[in-house]
Amino acid sequence: MSKPTIIVVGNGMVGYKFCEKLLARSAQFQIIVFGEEPRHAYDRVHLSEYFNGKTADDLSLSTLSWYTDNGITLHLDDPIQEINRAEKTIHSLKGVTLKYDYLVLATGSSAFVPDIPGIEKEGVFVYRTIEDLELIKACAANAKSGAVMGGGLLGLEAAKALIDLGITETHVIEFAPRLMPRQIDSAGSSMLQMKLSQLGLHIHLNKSTAAIVGDKKISSLKFNDDSQLPVDMLVISAGIRPRDELARLAGLHVGTRGGIIVNEKMQTSDEYIYAIGECALYEGMIYGLIAPGYEMADVAAAHLTAADKGFYGYDMSTKLKLIGVDVASFGDAFITEPDCRTILFEDTHKGIYKRINITNDGKNLLGGILIGDAEAYNMLLQTVNNKIVLPPDPEDLILGSRGGETNAGAGVMSLPDDALICSCEAVTKGAICDAVNTGGVTNIDGIKKCTKAGTGCGGCVPLVKDLVAGTMKANGQYVKNVICEHFDYSRQELFDLVKIGGLKNYDLVLDHYGKGDGCEVCKPVVASILSSLWNDVIVKQEVIQDSNDRFLANIQKGGTYSVVPRIPGGEITPDKLIVIGQVAKRYGLYTKITGGQRIDMFGAHLSDLPLIWEELIDAGFESGHAYGKALRTVKSCVGSTWCRFGLHDSVTFAIEIEDRYKGIRAPHKIKGGVSGCVRECAEAQSKDFGIIATEKGWNLYVCGNGGSKPQHAQLLATDIDKETLVKYLDRFLMFYIKTADQLTRTATWLNKLDGGMSYLKNVIVNDSLGLGEQLEEEMQTLVNTYHCEWKEAVNNPAMRKRFAHFINAPEEKDPHAQFEPMREQVRAKEW
Amino acid sequence: MRNPAAGKAHTQTNYNMETVIATRWIMACYVDDVPENGGSCIKHGDEQIAIFNFTRRNEWYATQNLCPHKQQMAISRGMIGSTGENCEPKVACPFHKKTFSLLSGECIGDEDLSIKTYPVKITDGKVFIGIA
Ligand SMILES: Cc1cc2nc3c(=O)[nH]c(=O)nc-3n(C[C@H](O)[C@H](O)[C@H](O)COP(=O)(O)OP(=O)(O)OC[C@H]3O[C@@H](n4cnc5c(N)ncnc54)[C@H](O)[C@@H]3O)c2cc1C
Ligand code: SF4
Ligand code: SF4
Ligand code: FES
Repeated sequence: MSKPTIIVVGNGMVGYKFCEKLLARSAQFQIIVFGEEPRHAYDRVHLSEYFNGKTADDLSLSTLSWYTDNGITLHLDDPIQEINRAEKTIHSLKGVTLKYDYLVLATGSSAFVPDIPGIEKEGVFVYRTIEDLELIKACAANAKSGAVMGGGLLGLEAAKALIDLGITETHVIEFAPRLMPRQIDSAGSSMLQMKLSQLGLHIHLNKSTAAIVGDKKISSLKFNDDSQLPVDMLVISAGIRPRDELARLAGLHVGTRGGIIVNEKMQTSDEYIYAIGECALYEGMIYGLIAPGYEMADVAAAHLTAADKGFYGYDMSTKLKLIGVDVASFGDAFITEPDCRTILFEDTHKGIYKRINITNDGKNLLGGILIGDAEAYNMLLQTVNNKIVLPPDPEDLILGSRGGETNAGAGVMSLPDDALICSCEAVTKGAICDAVNTGGVTNIDGIKKCTKAGTGCGGCVPLVKDLVAGTMKANGQYVKNVICEHFDYSRQELFDLVKIGGLKNYDLVLDHYGKGDGCEVCKPVVASILSSLWNDVIVKQEVIQDSNDRFLANIQKGGTYSVVPRIPGGEITPDKLIVIGQVAKRYGLYTKITGGQRIDMFGAHLSDLPLIWEELIDAGFESGHAYGKALRTVKSCVGSTWCRFGLHDSVTFAIEIEDRYKGIRAPHKIKGGVSGCVRECAEAQSKDFGIIATEKGWNLYVCGNGGSKPQHAQLLATDIDKETLVKYLDRFLMFYIKTADQLTRTATWLNKLDGGMSYLKNVIVNDSLGLGEQLEEEMQTLVNTYHCEWKEAVNNPAMRKRFAHFINAPEEKDPHAQFEPMREQVRAKEW
Repeated sequence: MRNPAAGKAHTQTNYNMETVIATRWIMACYVDDVPENGGSCIKHGDEQIAIFNFTRRNEWYATQNLCPHKQQMAISRGMIGSTGENCEPKVACPFHKKTFSLLSGECIGDEDLSIKTYPVKITDGKVFIGIA
């Protein structure tokens, strides 16, 4: 009558996946989960992103309510301490004793910590859990130098994390004579070492650590060769140890070097107890990757529900993420002649090393290594796994991959239907094509939803995208980025239509070219198009503006707004500084200098915004458009007016440029920079457009980007005068505004542009499309119709009325907008 | 507790509503207080209610102003629109663009979230909201 009880020990990635897989197969079990960590299962694979701003919440694999909704009882922060196999019970640290019908051990592994004198000192860490990362982060704040012990996959990831945390002097200590010894050969390792040194990592090979020196806290590392390395902190990444202590205690069979021995059904030596994930030892092997762990979870779930499935080893191909250098190893990477034929490609200048191993008859690919350029990784891996017959000149596989995008696309489509595309979720090519053909899916998000492909490590996402596009093409479907369900056009198409139709408001555009009642996606897109075309006051059509544009200010936590007046080129008079100070004081605002050389005032109530702006406008300020997809700032260095190196007056030029393009709406925000010499103090090459003084004039760079995917701007023109520069800039910006997809920065736009930089140069500099003059005129119209939106809003009573939280009590402020004191100012209350 | 029909919009052409649902009507604001195809927020005691003037469809809607996602008083500042074959009216919270049906209050794409909806009627240029 009552359901059989399954107790899962460990709420890590694999333990979680087991619950998911079991629920998908059957509802006939009572599932109880015990986790030692204080939080429910999270994505350990992407743990390092915790340092890049992801929160523990973002990393969670599910919501907490997912467990209750699915009838799972979850005990967190409560490790199991004992298994009584005779009575089939478990006992937890907090004193819970429960009976099980089946037990699933998913206890994972822990970082292996070698027994070195001094290892217990402060400042020595492992890299495994969110708590570890919190400790590392705290310590890094006061550290100048750091080392990672272990130059494997994880060690290098940890080293990159240290650099990202601001530890400029980061060392990697490897015991073996090469990096990533399990994945790459020594030639690959030397190339990798060279690339990593360029990133600022100090690599030490053949070093074994003898002791960790320091009083209470680590101060240096001492090596066997008696050399020493002073460091403020150390992260140990010397391998993993399966957590088999519980199993050992219960008398289950374990391997001599650790790991709970399992059969191909994931059963341990006790048929009622399964082990899966990194704690399981299958045929003498621990599988320290997520994809095989997920596969084990599914095999155990299958066996419990009497389905037929087995685990028979797993492909351990890997691609290093994060480090900023492509590294991949797949199939049999180490096999050598005469057992195979090896093809090598090496370019020391660019730092590229590629090796493929093929069968002696030249028919099949066995494996290989890619350093510096791993674009071909997915395709090569598929070629190995599916035993695809090689072309007559197999070297094309590693030499021809550059620029051969059409080839790659065709390659994907030639895979057999049962080719495994997403190994984490075991999704085949057939399933993905099916979702497109019969499920009507047209993009990666749709595929994620309906097949789960790409939701694991994410490594397969590029392949999935190619497959979707390829399948649609094969069906004769036109692949384009339509804006949303209401408009069957790309932004560029709609831009042209609105222009030709001369349409001036959203409803007209929707009536003519769309359907339904619009939404939060197409409204701001159309608003931006209308603004780029006609440059009318945007608050006249407030309700189609995006969150920030609607009230001409950036909405912040708690529902208050921030105010940023324009400070062109970052130049400001003492009097204006005083006004900002007075205004901020009067309205209780938190002030901070922004990255774009201006001042942001946070915490303004909606109803205070017009009052604040009235004062700012009186003092001569204008809107800074910090809220808009528009020109933000043109950052400048001080240039030749003060700086002894300055070649030209960069500040004046920056002000001129900022004044020219201020207020112009674009598909995304635009930032610029002007430096007075090559020392580049304004960091202009990280901007959408960057201008750098030269002996003979100015250099113009375009399409740079900071943000989450930084990209350097590329040189568009050299040694030009100011007039020519403005002409090119007019053309460039207008061309971008007219042709980019919504919410696409110039860098991404360029990356997608057919022909890339050389095409762009042709259009802008050589006027290959004959559009130059038209683009300049269109830009001039926008420049001529500039207005300060805030001035218009403040002086128009109907518009002003909208700046009230309660329309029936305009004088009252939102009591929910609350602040907490912080360093003599205020901050928004945490949500 | 929530009756999906109770959230239905009531335009001038909708008569006899009072006899269908026992509702206490409060006068919230005037028609021109709420921007066309947009929303405003009103205060009712300690409650904050978002009112939407969906001019394009000639409909009015009202919901709680609190977004359940991160507890922000912001729904009234969101963009409205429609979704799907049946043109279900919806509003998107300006913070993280969670969208909610204006009819049922359900969050589209996240079953765990929902907001309260209220009936609305218009008389003599005044907007009334039905408080259950
Ligand atoms: C920084 C980092 C980066 C990685 N990157 C990649 C990658 O790019 N690709 C890839 O494939 N893999 C990667 N991995 C490896 C991957 O994360 C692991 O393979 C995966 O997490 C294994 O899952 P698991 O459930 O077996 O173990 P875990 O995720 O470690 O979960 C085990 C859980 O069980 C708990 N537990 C242990 N004992 C008990 C007990 N007695 N009672 C209750 N609970 C207990 C532990 O506290 C832990 O929460 C990475 C790992 C790390 C640390
Ligand atoms: S999710 Fe991983 S995403 Fe899909 S192939 Fe990876 S192994 Fe994979
Ligand atoms: S970029 Fe050159 S001119 Fe400008 S501040 Fe730096 S050194 Fe001086
Ligand atoms: S607070 Fe509304 S969507 Fe996040």
